[in-house]
Amino acid sequence: MHKNAYFGLSIVVAILAVLPFLLPNSFYMDLAIRMAINAVIVLGLNLLIGFAGQISLGHAGFLGIGAYATAVLPTHFGWHPLLAMGAGAAVTGALAALVARPIFKLKGHYLAMATLGLGIILNIAIRNEATWTGGPDGMPVPAMGLLGFELTSDKHWYWVVAILLAVSVWASLNLIDSPFGRALRALHGSEVASQVVGVDVVRYKVAIFVLSAVFASLMGSVTAHYVGFVTPNLADFFHSIELVTMVVIGGMASVYGSLVGAVLLTALPQALATFEGWETVAFGTILMLCMIFLPKGLVPTLAARFGKGE
Amino acid sequence: MALLDVSNLSIHFGGVKAVQNVSFSIDAGIVYSVIGPNGAGKTTLFNLITGVYTPTAGEIRLDGESIGGKSPNELARRGVARTFQNLQICMNMSARENVMVGAHLRLDRNLVKAALRFPALKSRDRELQTEAAELMAFVGLEKYVEARADSMPYGALKRLEIARALAMKPRLIFLDEPAAGLNPKETIEVDHLVRKIADFGVTVVLVEHDMKMVMNLSDRILVLDYGKKLAEGSGAEVRKNPDVIAAYLGAHA
Ligand SMILES: Nc1ncnc2c1ncn2[C@@H]1O[C@H](COP(=O)(O)OP(=O)(O)O)[C@@H](O)[C@H]1O
Ligand SMILES: [Mg+2]
Repeated sequence: MHKNAYFGLSIVVAILAVLPFLLPNSFYMDLAIRMAINAVIVLGLNLLIGFAGQISLGHAGFLGIGAYATAVLPTHFGWHPLLAMGAGAAVTGALAALVARPIFKLKGHYLAMATLGLGIILNIAIRNEATWTGGPDGMPVPAMGLLGFELTSDKHWYWVVAILLAVSVWASLNLIDSPFGRALRALHGSEVASQVVGVDVVRYKVAIFVLSAVFASLMGSVTAHYVGFVTPNLADFFHSIELVTMVVIGGMASVYGSLVGAVLLTALPQALATFEGWETVAFGTILMLCMIFLPKGLVPTLAARFGKGE
Repeated sequence: MALLDVSNLSIHFGGVKAVQNVSFSIDAGIVYSVIGPNGAGKTTLFNLITGVYTPTAGEIRLDGESIGGKSPNELARRGVARTFQNLQICMNMSARENVMVGAHLRLDRNLVKAALRFPALKSRDRELQTEAAELMAFVGLEKYVEARADSMPYGALKRLEIARALAMKPRLIFLDEPAAGLNPKETIEVDHLVRKIADFGVTVVLVEHDMKMVMNLSDRILVLDYGKKLAEGSGAEVRKNPDVIAAYLGAHA
């Protein structure tokens, strides 16, 4: 199945390597950086949704924890940014594990409801704790110093996120094609079959939920540093839905689909900006058309049409 | 001591008493068949013993250890494998990967090592690919080694289930109607396959409607009817049992 998969990685690396030299100006550089950040989040989310078959409608909440850990801890407590990032990820992981364990023991749509609720609660908390978070107005984020090297220019940021993305693609490909990854895909394909061969289903669902939440948190921290400012919108429901949509449009259970979904849906609002006020309607229409004509998502559909695996 | 010891096992679904007060024991190394008309409770019995259902009452002992109510993955650890009457194949995976999943408990399942592509995991996976291909050949699926599961015909998927179960290297295997829906030639092949599995020393528990196959293979037979044990014994004993003739063989044969 994955003979061609690592070939795709070399194409991704090649694109990432030449892209900054082709981009005409800082507008496109910024777009590329945001695409790459989203791509990493969507890769993690696709492991949960596409490969393991579990939904999360609250991932922006986890992203918000990372972003605000990065904003609040250095500003108010003088923490080192990397420590703040780690703390955000640790809190996210612990929270995700705490809510996931009881939910995964139940069946049905509880996970969607619970993650939805969790995301909303986190967003409300961020909005209300104005003393710490700046409330609805958001707050600035101190600059990131790495090994005595200030990450200021778009170029620096580009290379940081490009490397993160390439490593994430590689790690995802590795994971999928491993005993852990097969267990994940198996519990999606047939839960009872995976159980009777010894897969502890709850444990695997929790593990991948926590992993994808931590991915989102870390990239939330990166976003915060890159933008230099955080607002509660980062953690709101619409952003969660946007992330899920990237997974679905690009292609469930497709590593490269995750990248395509992230790239397209990051670019789309820019392209639709001319619709002034109607961009949400245009956005929704495009999604509906995609679901009707490409129900499996772009990359799997195209791959099937051209007669190859992923 | 018997390998498996079931006593007074019952499960009720609301008002439906699917299995009622059933007791039997299975010695290691034999082929043990469970027969009975549709709805008699055979699959439910398998679900109880393999941990898919929790008994309402009664006890199940494996090697003397009480296993009633334990989860399927805990039973897998104890060497219990099974196939499903209604196929449970992972259609999102290749045929070979379905078999590889069967080896789950024998592998290093560490997430971090997997993500970082530790060489030891990779080389074990390569061995496993060969192992899975051999198992597929063993069940007669050599030509499907590179196939996608969702492109395989029904009869092949039935055998893929058996290959996956064997990848667990089980002590005890439950086969729920492995020949159902197969043509006569395939049925004979499955008959031979079950014999080969038993010859490896794996204890086989078989549910099957094909009486020729059951009589051919079984050391002992349990007859269920409406969730209750109707008779138990060797093929010859069961065939002569007047209750069985009246309730089951008489009506169906
Ligand atoms: N999960 C369940 N919920 C309700 N009834 C069930 C369930 N599983 C089995 N049954 C009932 O138990 C009885 C025995 O079914 P089953 O074990 O599948 O029979 P068999 O395998 O012998 O054909 C049937 O009446 C069936 O409807
Ligand atoms: Mg049945």
